[in-house]
Amino acid sequence: MHFWAQVFDWFTTSTNWSGSQGIPQLFWHQLELSAVVVGTALALGGGLGVILGHTGRGGLVAVNAANAFRAVPTLALLTLLAIQPAISLKWNGFLASWLALTALAIPPVLTNTYVGMREVDADVRDAAKAMGLTGSQVLLRVEAPLATPFVMAGVRTAAIEVVATSTLAAYVSFTDLGTYVISGLNTNNTVVAFSGAILVAVMAGMVAGVLGLLTRALTPLPLRRHVRSRLVGTRPGFA
Amino acid sequence: MPLGTNPFFRWSYVTSQWSQIQGDLVQHIELSLIAVAIGTAISIPLSVLAWRYRVVRTPVFAVASALYIIPSLALFVILGPLTGFVPPGSYKTAEIALVGYTLLILIWNTVAGLDAVPADAREAAIALGYSPTAALVRVDLPLALPYVFAGLRVALATVIGLVTVTALIGLGGLGQQITYGFTIGYNTPIIVGLVFSIALAAVFDLLLVGAQRLAVPWSRSRNPAGGEN
Repeated sequence: MHFWAQVFDWFTTSTNWSGSQGIPQLFWHQLELSAVVVGTALALGGGLGVILGHTGRGGLVAVNAANAFRAVPTLALLTLLAIQPAISLKWNGFLASWLALTALAIPPVLTNTYVGMREVDADVRDAAKAMGLTGSQVLLRVEAPLATPFVMAGVRTAAIEVVATSTLAAYVSFTDLGTYVISGLNTNNTVVAFSGAILVAVMAGMVAGVLGLLTRALTPLPLRRHVRSRLVGTRPGFA
Repeated sequence: MPLGTNPFFRWSYVTSQWSQIQGDLVQHIELSLIAVAIGTAISIPLSVLAWRYRVVRTPVFAVASALYIIPSLALFVILGPLTGFVPPGSYKTAEIALVGYTLLILIWNTVAGLDAVPADAREAAIALGYSPTAALVRVDLPLALPYVFAGLRVALATVIGLVTVTALIGLGGLGQQITYGFTIGYNTPIIVGLVFSIALAAVFDLLLVGAQRLAVPWSRSRNPAGGEN
């Protein structure tokens, strides 16, 4: 049978849509892992970025360190963690995947949060202080809303990278859509590998689209045009 | 390779496996440089078109963004049926996908660089009698170079990281060390792969910085667009 017909068959076989190895289940696993990772990265990277950006101290060092960390190949981190006895394949590979992917997701979130905090106009900050806002009020009511588009840009970048890379989690036995790809490649079943790859691409597109809309929704109305023009010219990962 | 215990790092592995590591390193460099070279060759004309003609800009960015968003492993496997899942066919698979990744980064930066060229400079060139093409080649593109270099740096670093994943389609360069280490449950090869790919990224980044200083002597200390990288 022709390759494309086999792919069509795979997608239309009902058993592939149910059970613990079915498409919905694996799709959900990958989304869940990615969400947990991005959430962790937002808490750690975003939190650190807010603190550094608010105080304006030590930020450059952190941003540079975060960027240097980008060069670390995730496949290496993932496999290295997965063969440590303390981590190994605990929770079916979830632990190793979570840690390795979080390391991947922190740099974009941290960098963008920090940049967003620093981009807040000093005049605006001063005006807020002059109006009697306390430090934490300045942070929550002025800096945070103004930095949101930047933070979200970081979250979107991180999420796209994480969804893409969580495919590799299947290599350390976490079952997600990558399972189709990797087991397909290992067993020379290119139909399954190809179909899995299509599903991964669909998920990546969905996540990129949804987070794009979410970024827009969370950007304060008067800022939308302004931020758009600011983001042009940065690297794609930053916008 | 006798295993026994699994220390964090064992030097004797590096010395005894050196020829293999060297081969992986060479393949890694080859795969990365070819991808960035082809990506640059494609992206410069496309950027010029996207910059000159608004109509072209939207589709160019749409296609480049789509290529960028598709996960690398998925793209390798999606191309597989056409070009091959195992070497030598998978060389083509890997390169096409890697080039796909560089496009958005390079086009984005090049267009931003061209957009940033002061209108005065171009008008002065035209007033001096430059044809539009001559102005493009001798004024616009040189002035956009700092942005182009910023894009090249990001693209090369990204590609060097992604090449490891091609280990899953029988290539991988240093990715071979990583998958080997994982298969036999041994730290050293993974750390070799990790350290060498970081070192490779750092060395090439320095080379690009050096090349930029030679090519753009007038903007030594400034580095716009993605300069944080």
